[in-house]
Amino acid sequence: MSIGHILLGLLTERPKHGYELKREHDERLPGAKPLAYGQVYATLQRLQRDGKVAISGTAQESGPERTVYEITGEGTADVHRWLAEIEQPAPFISSPLFARVVLALVAEGSADGYLLRQRSAHLERMRELTARKSSAGASVGELLAADYALHHLDADLRWMETARQRIDELTREIRA
Amino acid sequence: MNTLEARQVEKAFGRTHALRGLSAKIEPGEIVAITGPSGSGKSTLLHCLSGIMRPETGEVHYAGERIDTLDEAARTKLRREHFGIVFQFGRLVPELTAVENVALPLLFDGHGREEATTVARAWLEEAGAADVADARPAELSGGQLQRVAVARALITSPKVIFADEPTGALDSVAGERVLSLLLGAARVNSATVVIVTHDNRVAAYADREIVLRDGVTAGEVMA
Repeated sequence: MSIGHILLGLLTERPKHGYELKREHDERLPGAKPLAYGQVYATLQRLQRDGKVAISGTAQESGPERTVYEITGEGTADVHRWLAEIEQPAPFISSPLFARVVLALVAEGSADGYLLRQRSAHLERMRELTARKSSAGASVGELLAADYALHHLDADLRWMETARQRIDELTREIRA
Repeated sequence: MNTLEARQVEKAFGRTHALRGLSAKIEPGEIVAITGPSGSGKSTLLHCLSGIMRPETGEVHYAGERIDTLDEAARTKLRREHFGIVFQFGRLVPELTAVENVALPLLFDGHGREEATTVARAWLEEAGAADVADARPAELSGGQLQRVAVARALITSPKVIFADEPTGALDSVAGERVLSLLLGAARVNSATVVIVTHDNRVAAYADREIVLRDGVTAGEVMA
């Protein structure tokens, strides 16, 4: 995840100070790991060194005086270049779920019990996300983050069902 | 209490055994998802629980009464008075308008046409489908068809709502709207909801999941 590009993206709206950037990052990307303030500060310094942001002044609300940063022309061009690129789809996904299914077959001869327990845990998590999504006042960011997590958990569940059917089929073939 | 229960239910279609001694109990007010791969017996279970179909062996009970031994007329009466059913493609009467479709259950119950139509319009409004009240099913989108079908299922304030792949033909967002409508109304009436689905994201709306495999329960997942 490119924190520099995320901060630049947030600065395209208007000049902001570091604490504001951290807060907006955490609020708008609710599924993401919250940013540490030190990380924001270090990134802003790097962006400033590279000429992508500049100090536009200071602001004081209730706490200490804070440095306000604005995006430069070069910074704006960099964000749009980044948005024009794509994330590389992972060529091969190694998952702990996959490892457990294989090892359950190796060590216990069946993955059925594990798959059913894992299904229950996945569905429980999906229920929590669905409840959160359905609650009044969920922000767009929260809805998108919940949808993203739900689709990924759903993909795991569908893979688990396919795995169970494949194992069944192979077992039948071997026994036949 | 209006508990719904299948005891050791078996049902075959020719040589295919859809249900093989399946038992399941659904408490009043519960929202239960019946899931499982194709051919696992999900829809057959729903048809047996709702009295659409009679199992060959085993028993089905509703509100303390055995319903699988009732004759066709008595089961139809039970469905009309206590159950609401939503199918995947709405299954509306093609010759009737949306509002006429929604009013049907009340007309069957002996209500006057004018009263039934007024109530049906209110339900269509509730379902966000007031604008298509006078359209026929062929003129409606998948989402609109399902909203009308949900309004029709809810108009009698049923104690139990059965839904067979209610969002199967819809995209995610349209499906979510239909589910919210169905479950929201069910919660207001403390109705029981039994949803057959192959979609895990739909199952995540339920309090509990009954997983079927080859006509028996593979497990139950509690909230």
